[in-house]
Amino acid sequence: MKIGNDFPTPAPVINPETEAFWAGTLEDKFLIRACKACGENHWYPRAKCPFCHSFDTEWLESSGKGTIYSYTINHKAPGPFAASGPSVIAYVELDEGPRVITNIVDCETDDLAIGTRVEAVFFPAGDDAAIYRFRPIA
Amino acid sequence: MIAGAYEHPERIIPNKSLAQVHSEVAAGALADAGLSFSDVDGYFCDASIPGLMPLSLTDYMGIRPRHVASTETGGSSYLVHVAQAVQAIKAGACDVALITLAGLPRQLKPNPASATAPEAGFEGGMWGTTIPAMYALAAQRHMYEYGTTSEQLAEIRVAASQHAQYNPNALFQKPVTVEEVVNSRMISDPLHLLDCCVITDGGGALVVVSPDVAKDLDRQTVKFLGHGVSPKHTDGGKIDLTYSGALYSGPRAFEEAGVTQDDIDYASIYDSFTITVLETIEDLGFCERGEGGKFVMDGALQAPFGRLPFNTDGGGLCNNHPGNRGGITKVIEAVRQLRGEAAPQVQVPDAQLALAHGTGGMLGSRHGSATLILGREDA
Repeated sequence: MKIGNDFPTPAPVINPETEAFWAGTLEDKFLIRACKACGENHWYPRAKCPFCHSFDTEWLESSGKGTIYSYTINHKAPGPFAASGPSVIAYVELDEGPRVITNIVDCETDDLAIGTRVEAVFFPAGDDAAIYRFRPIA
Repeated sequence: MIAGAYEHPERIIPNKSLAQVHSEVAAGALADAGLSFSDVDGYFCDASIPGLMPLSLTDYMGIRPRHVASTETGGSSYLVHVAQAVQAIKAGACDVALITLAGLPRQLKPNPASATAPEAGFEGGMWGTTIPAMYALAAQRHMYEYGTTSEQLAEIRVAASQHAQYNPNALFQKPVTVEEVVNSRMISDPLHLLDCCVITDGGGALVVVSPDVAKDLDRQTVKFLGHGVSPKHTDGGKIDLTYSGALYSGPRAFEEAGVTQDDIDYASIYDSFTITVLETIEDLGFCERGEGGKFVMDGALQAPFGRLPFNTDGGGLCNNHPGNRGGITKVIEAVRQLRGEAAPQVQVPDAQLALAHGTGGMLGSRHGSATLILGREDA
């Protein structure tokens, strides 16, 4: 049975620095932050580049595609997740570079491996944001 | 130098307050040193203590230090505090520094994560992450890159359980086998129940003193020889899960102490999970990176005669992880070894140099690493 599509979607913490990212999720866009000074992309998004320390950064729309860098099948999920059974927590390495903590959904746990190709999928979480998760690319 | 060390003997404490346990471990460490509350002129604590960090507890305990400090690096905080106490004493800020840790996770609910943490929107609640999951991610990647196996991780639990049988205060005192570890319930793949540390109430305290104070004490002291501290974090999205901050804190500690890995007789290695130990052993340079799985086999970690006797109190895996923070017990067992006061079955003969290492926070995202190198009084 495919898992993860019924996971809870609690509203994320949003602040002025991350508001635009969450607005993007409502349009199925996965934005990351790019540095105009050094050209590096980073995650989680911030005003200051963590690599060259420039504040000259901008939003970049990622492809929303990547590969699994690491994952775990969590058999003892907390609180509201427990009802959905095992959940998959992963670091996905976006094609644009950054490694992002997320869930892998719409998958069979036996199908998962480090290196599996995945794409972002967005689940509405209130008026201001959608929760990004990733699913294997068919 | 460290003059007093005390571990709370209880592991399940339903009937005491958090401040009360802080004061009990403080009294224990001061008595161990042959000092009293009125001698304390420096106090060090983390941010998990009740109230307004050092202020509420100096009030509760009725002490009037001329120096206070509060640094929070999770379970490694107390190793940082030892280094800071040495630095403060050297600077003349205090002469008798008290460090306390207490926690009651079996009784009290954990403090909720801060919504103002910059990562708050992108980690935690939405993904159903747990502490074991944030270590399992590291274990899975280490296995992928280096071929590390569950059986190799299990060897770490086996060694800790062999030691715990000689500690009458340990929460779990029964030796376990590799088969029992790998057949225990899966918590967060690839970490099984027995790859995880205990959850215990309790705490511990340390007393660090100036050489002038030490010379009037009857108690054998332990020398501070070197330290290293390092945060390790998600590196702007370039996180590498195959190593810990020990890769940075370890070399700093060895350099300051002027010793090498071969000189270390005993090591307290933070063991929130088996993978924490395996990565730390590699990062501290006891073997090449990626070779940790091979290194821990054949009883290498078992005292007294393994290549690297570790966690002879049973560690966080079997003995105690008070308040979900194991750093202070790492220092306390190193002190016992250097005083020749570990359990006789696991006392390393003629132990002169010990290493203690803390890993606080999450191996899979951000954590604080701290390494201490300590020496016997006459070393």
